[in-house]
Amino acid sequence: MARAVTARQKTINSIAAWAVGLLIFFPILWIIVMSFKTEGDAIKAPLEVLTAPWTLENYGVVQERSDYSRHFVNSVILAFGSTLLGLLIAVPAAWAMAFVPSKRTKDILLWMLSTKMLPAVGVLYPIYLLFIQLGLLDSRAGLVVVLMLINLPIIVWMLYTYFKEIPGEILEAARMDGATLHEEILYVLTPMAIPGMASTVLLNVILAWNEAFWTLNLTAAKAAPLTAFIASYSSPEGLFYAKLSAASTMAIAPILIMGWFSQKQLVRGLTFGAVK
Amino acid sequence: MFLKNALRAAVALSLTAAGSAHAETITIATVNNGDMIRMQGYTNDFTAKTGHEVEWVTLEENVLRQRVTTDISTKGGQFDIMTIGMYETPIWGANGWLVPLNDLSAEYDVDDILPAMRGGLSHDGTLYAAPFYGESSMIMYRTDLMEKAGLEMPAAPTWEFIREAAAAMDDPESDTNGVCLRGKAGWGEGGAFITVTANSFGARWFDEDWRAQFDQPEWKAALTFFVNLMNDYGPQGYATNGFNENLSLFQQGKCGMWIDATVAASFVTNPDDSTVADKVGFALAPDNGLGKRSNWLWAWALAIPAGTQKEAAAKQFIEWATSKGYIELVAANEGWANVPPGARTSLYENPEYQAVPFAQMTLDSINAADPNNPTVKPVPYVGIQFVAIPEFAGIATEVSQEFSAVYAGQQTVEEALAKAQALTTDAMEAAGY
Amino acid sequence: MATQHSRSAARLMMAPAVVLLLGWMLVPLTMTLYFSFKKYLPMRGDSLANGLDWVGFANYARFVTSSSFWPSVYATLVIVGGVLVITLILGIFLALLLDQPMWGQGVVRILVIAPFFAMPTVSALVWKNMFMDPVNGFFAHVWRGVGAEPIEWLSQASLPSLILIVSWQWLPFATLILLTAFQSLDQEQLEAAEMDGARWPQRFVFIVLPHLSRAITVVLLIQTIFLLSIFAEIFVTTQGSFGTKTLTYLIYQRVLESQNVGLGSAGGVYAIILANIVAIFLMRIVGKNLDA
Repeated sequence: MARAVTARQKTINSIAAWAVGLLIFFPILWIIVMSFKTEGDAIKAPLEVLTAPWTLENYGVVQERSDYSRHFVNSVILAFGSTLLGLLIAVPAAWAMAFVPSKRTKDILLWMLSTKMLPAVGVLYPIYLLFIQLGLLDSRAGLVVVLMLINLPIIVWMLYTYFKEIPGEILEAARMDGATLHEEILYVLTPMAIPGMASTVLLNVILAWNEAFWTLNLTAAKAAPLTAFIASYSSPEGLFYAKLSAASTMAIAPILIMGWFSQKQLVRGLTFGAVK
Repeated sequence: MFLKNALRAAVALSLTAAGSAHAETITIATVNNGDMIRMQGYTNDFTAKTGHEVEWVTLEENVLRQRVTTDISTKGGQFDIMTIGMYETPIWGANGWLVPLNDLSAEYDVDDILPAMRGGLSHDGTLYAAPFYGESSMIMYRTDLMEKAGLEMPAAPTWEFIREAAAAMDDPESDTNGVCLRGKAGWGEGGAFITVTANSFGARWFDEDWRAQFDQPEWKAALTFFVNLMNDYGPQGYATNGFNENLSLFQQGKCGMWIDATVAASFVTNPDDSTVADKVGFALAPDNGLGKRSNWLWAWALAIPAGTQKEAAAKQFIEWATSKGYIELVAANEGWANVPPGARTSLYENPEYQAVPFAQMTLDSINAADPNNPTVKPVPYVGIQFVAIPEFAGIATEVSQEFSAVYAGQQTVEEALAKAQALTTDAMEAAGY
Repeated sequence: MATQHSRSAARLMMAPAVVLLLGWMLVPLTMTLYFSFKKYLPMRGDSLANGLDWVGFANYARFVTSSSFWPSVYATLVIVGGVLVITLILGIFLALLLDQPMWGQGVVRILVIAPFFAMPTVSALVWKNMFMDPVNGFFAHVWRGVGAEPIEWLSQASLPSLILIVSWQWLPFATLILLTAFQSLDQEQLEAAEMDGARWPQRFVFIVLPHLSRAITVVLLIQTIFLLSIFAEIFVTTQGSFGTKTLTYLIYQRVLESQNVGLGSAGGVYAIILANIVAIFLMRIVGKNLDA
């Protein structure tokens, strides 16, 4: 990382990186810009869009038309609820795999990942029928469980790779000192694993926040998160770019801001064991 | 915001607890069309009248269909009212999935519903969904461009005239396309349009023995005519244009003619959204000299899924939303041009509404549609731009995807028709015909 | 080292995760398998309560003989393959670039990873309407601005357009993983090679790429899992027309549009088989690269 470079090189790097970064970010930037324009202005040529007067009216319309706060709260509950529940189940499993490995550990890990390949559209009917039987339709609890199950393999895998990097000797030493399993996890393992856990939580909150099939199909009014909120703004009659932009901005802003603050953590933590 | 909602919830809760046994909260699934969004804005009026609260689930059309179909066919019971169309209603009604609407109040005046709408939303004479608004299709054209071209739109033109007028109005220089029509894949989008066009050419989906008819000359004639017309005088990229895309083009003054849903008339004549609001004329959808016009019949209607616990409240809502009173409410606040059209006879007898420029043409178009005899030859099915059998949505979506590939220049008319014939035959076999 | 006691404790700790995932896999899978051998047309009044007719392998036969089947396998492989190639190649370059010292590194990184935070429906809607629309889209305006005829992205270049949209979404993920790998690259080894006269391409091929192999494997594995089941992007943009009907989308059409649950379930079983073939193939590589 810390390499000595000339100022010129650094300048070139910076310009190149900023150019690429802005190019990739541009679509998001563009919808943010459009969300502050009138519908009539939003379909104009890019330069005219930029110079058109700014307005907050789209946000007003969207706020008036749909209950953003309810969708937002649901999204938060679903994303964090499913991630925390997943963590609760995954930590012991990943701990066991990392510190008491057996021949089959890797097979189990890969099998877990393979459960993610079940095509959701193919099992909509079975799951829907099941949810009816269990009375879980349009309930946050039901969705928290489904999202947890979808992401559990990823959580287990990520945690496993972090735990594996924790030197076994430390645990040995703790055990010699008479630490119980409980204490071992609480006082030795957890502090060392916190950074890894943080990036696991981050990634899975993002994945759960953005999940748009089950959250749309298993909800009606009560448990519907922001993915359903968006579905009421896509291609209505008449001009809709500005309102769609405003709704989109509102849907992705929270997670974008969260990502903004945790960017370092994500960059450091997303290894999936890819780095020795 | 949080506080307000919490407060509202608390108030609602205490109201229910206080023993007002009738106050319920009903969940309504609806489509994000302008008239429905307007209706949501008037929910307070309903709540004030009945005490019932409403939870809206507003979804884009495709998502809505997927959502309500799954729910009704599994008896999921997530919605107390579903917004469905003329295609679903008779099928679901026949399956016993909908609550019959045969005991609506005298005040509601069910006989006032336009006969075409009532017929299309019934099964075996029982009404299963109440029309929120109804539509046919008609020609909307630019009077100024027509005049400039030295032509006059007949009240009931032929396809040949449309072609001639499109040629005369088409002007790439000024970014004006002669005619804008739907080419977008989807049974309710381009699929609907090409079906009604084919009807006027004498084509049909199935013969009396439910055999697919895409190998017949009528289909080839219709599709070839459409493709040539659009390639010559249609907008670029019409293969992905649906109702909304064409609406936007027409409002921006980029179409000489547009043949589409009658409800669009109020959008294109609304000066807030349309740059050509004062230059729009209307005519019946074209025919091809065979006695059948290419206009469809559709209604967005409200239905109650069988098994809901809140049937009474749901019925009250339907009576409110599709009543004469609701129409008056909208008229008082937003003007007569913006009321939900095409549902009630009394609306068209109202002198104030008759002053709306497109009112008569809308009614004439609706009356010209006959779901029982959609095309020239006899058919075993009911429906004009659709075939009211459960398999149709799936088949027609795939067929229209093949047609859209023709519009995009990716295959020939013959190839598309051969594929359509094969996949329709296969799907009908799978369904046990 | 591991005692009998700790082994059974370990099993106990793994049990909840394993049992839950087993249930999540087996319950829908069993039901899907069951439906796939039945005539299940909900719109025709078939329901579990009334009992379903056994049709043997008819659904399986019908699903593969449909004219849409092979094109859908092709579309699936093209999209997954295209996105993997693009995200890997661009990801490596991007990671390399981001790893260099620069001003405002944190901000640039946020800009680059931002697409990953946008929900698939939103990014598909944004690309379809605000960028690829042939009349009002950004690209159309730019194309007209330079005097060119706008491209009809989603009909004339449907697969490339979809690949572009999906790649945009997944590029940040690939970049992040590759970036962490770059950061652990042994600089001394690189410098030593430079001293020995190895040119940049040689250093890249012989030192950097081998170092990245594990990261590349991870990107391949995780992205393939997610890409095989992309749905929202197609649903929003083309609805499966113009050759973009993937296997997942075909199943959607059978189950939800045609309301033929039996046929769709048979398709689901095929999709699971395809996914597992890809998975086994991948895991062979991963197994070698990821020493557990």
